[in-house]
Amino acid sequence: MKSLSRLMAVTRKEVRQLRRDRLTFAMIFGMPMMQILLFGYAINTDVRNLKTAVADEANTHLSREFIGQLEQTQVTDIRQYVNSASDLEDLLRAGEISIGIAIPPDFDRRVIDANRSAVQILVDGSDPTVLGVANQLRNMPIAFDSNRQKKEQSAIEVRPYYNPERRTPVNIVPGLMGVILTMTMMIFTAVAIVREREHGNLELLINTPVTSAELMIGKILPYIAIGLVQLAVILAIGDILFNVPVRGSVVQLYVAASFFIAANLALGLFVSTMVSTQFQAMQATFFLMMPSILLSGFMFPFDGMPVVAQYIGEVLPITHFIRLTRGIMLREANLGDMPFELIYLGVFSAIAMTAAALRFSKRLD
Amino acid sequence: MNDELAIRARGLSKHFGSLRAVDHLDLDVPKASIYGFLGPNGSGKSTTIRMLCGLLTPTEGSADVLGMRVPEESKKLKPRIGYMTQKFSLFGDMTVVENLEFIAEIYSVAAAKKTARIDELLEKYDLVQQRKQFAGTMSGGQKQRLALACAVLHKPELLLLDEPTSAVDPQSRRDFWANLFRLAEGGTTILVSTHYMDEAERCHKLAILDHGVKVADGSPDELQASTGMNIVEVLASNPYHAQSALHDLPFVASVTQLGIRLRVLVPVGRGDALQLVNRALEENSIRADTRIVRATLEDVFVAVTLKPEQRAA
Repeated sequence: MKSLSRLMAVTRKEVRQLRRDRLTFAMIFGMPMMQILLFGYAINTDVRNLKTAVADEANTHLSREFIGQLEQTQVTDIRQYVNSASDLEDLLRAGEISIGIAIPPDFDRRVIDANRSAVQILVDGSDPTVLGVANQLRNMPIAFDSNRQKKEQSAIEVRPYYNPERRTPVNIVPGLMGVILTMTMMIFTAVAIVREREHGNLELLINTPVTSAELMIGKILPYIAIGLVQLAVILAIGDILFNVPVRGSVVQLYVAASFFIAANLALGLFVSTMVSTQFQAMQATFFLMMPSILLSGFMFPFDGMPVVAQYIGEVLPITHFIRLTRGIMLREANLGDMPFELIYLGVFSAIAMTAAALRFSKRLD
Repeated sequence: MNDELAIRARGLSKHFGSLRAVDHLDLDVPKASIYGFLGPNGSGKSTTIRMLCGLLTPTEGSADVLGMRVPEESKKLKPRIGYMTQKFSLFGDMTVVENLEFIAEIYSVAAAKKTARIDELLEKYDLVQQRKQFAGTMSGGQKQRLALACAVLHKPELLLLDEPTSAVDPQSRRDFWANLFRLAEGGTTILVSTHYMDEAERCHKLAILDHGVKVADGSPDELQASTGMNIVEVLASNPYHAQSALHDLPFVASVTQLGIRLRVLVPVGRGDALQLVNRALEENSIRADTRIVRATLEDVFVAVTLKPEQRAA
């Protein structure tokens, strides 16, 4: 009973201080909004409008028709016309274009000859994504007889589930929830504890009857509430601006988020026991942020990563959370369909919390 | 365990690597008294206080505080002691009342009594005007009064104060000590560290620490009576010349300049100190008034922190 009232005293104090720290308070809502706008609009793996130049050395009816079709694909954005393929190379090297279309003078004859390719596409292949998109252009049909342009039925049919319009935000927003929560939860808690140590408050507090556990739990409770509010902000913006659906249960989403928030807070607390200044706390949390963004499956498909990177990714709580959010929001999955992910988050929180509490009590020695 | 003692330590030591911050300290602090730790920075005052409240684990030795062993029983001890840190450690972004409320809740002061106790403390420590002021914006003296109010809020039996007056003006220091006397009269035991001589003089008993070793202890009177030194005060028109003349003499343990006066410490048993000093000054044809004076705590401090070869002089 005494323990609970001490815990609540710490929580009340924390909320009071947080309310007065207007900048931090603004960040709680500003940060998720800024990031969802930024990432939501900026990250796009469905590349369009690549800067293109054309060297049409044939200049026939067919070649002009071909260029017209190219423009209709929206993959290319034809900026200029040049005289020769070597001009295209110059533009590529200068970085003015990503794609150069070289149409040789004997274009028409090459179209008829099945053994020779009619057009050459020069690609700035340093970005594999651009190269992949350029490869799509190979499927464009070219022929004199417009009937023959109809593509033959392929033996393999691809059916895109869950995101048939191939909109990137649908994949990004559920992952972004993980990134934003990691950022706020881990940084805020790490800094909150270290700030007390820097200001000397901690020396006073450990001389009072308040225990390490009461102090830590009392301090992180407000941040759990903040995390849940942030989640609501992200879901709302995702729905309004990017039309990202929540096909599964919102309640289950919140359950998953609670586990994830606990994991990050525990990690933040642990970080706070390793460092002694707020600056160090920031550095340490950024050190953990980078792999969270790059190796969690947020940016790149998890399966495509090297095995070692996958192992690192598996350790991070965000990896498991992103699987849960994508599952619940996009695939209408239940927590029961992915029990391991939730269990891992729970175990991770328990371990990190124990480690933090153990280290914390020994601090002054 | 002696019921008359609030703190009893035997052979208390703390090593940080090769540094002996506190070295075999024996300590007997009587209840309801003000006990001072006098020593320069780095003499082990803070480390000792931190060991006594269980913040640091002693490398060797043991201590009983209010009848409980530290650090083993420090958890039970915490509700019974109050601690004031060297640096202001309350929350600058909370008001005076909010700070007091928080501390009251941490010490589980019953809600019914909380408001009355806080009002009483605001009154007693002259913080009524500041009750809604943010603690961070207050003056040094006000902060210190707030820190003391927070430290005594739960009516602790023992108060540990780590250089409480290092950041306040002389008037605030006097007021602060008046408060301490009032608390001691009420039965609170107070352990206070300081590097001010005038503060040390107000303590009922004190221990002088130097490089982690207790070099002397007792009441200020006892300490002043037992320096083992005769003190000659020299008033010379050119104190610097007088100091150079006296400094290297075999019978002089130390020469300290205080304004235009010199205080010359001559170990007892070297003959008539006044005569020796006068003769030395005459030989250097320095005109000066000399007289034997009573030892101050400053002299005690100089005497006990001398190196052994200087003391033997």
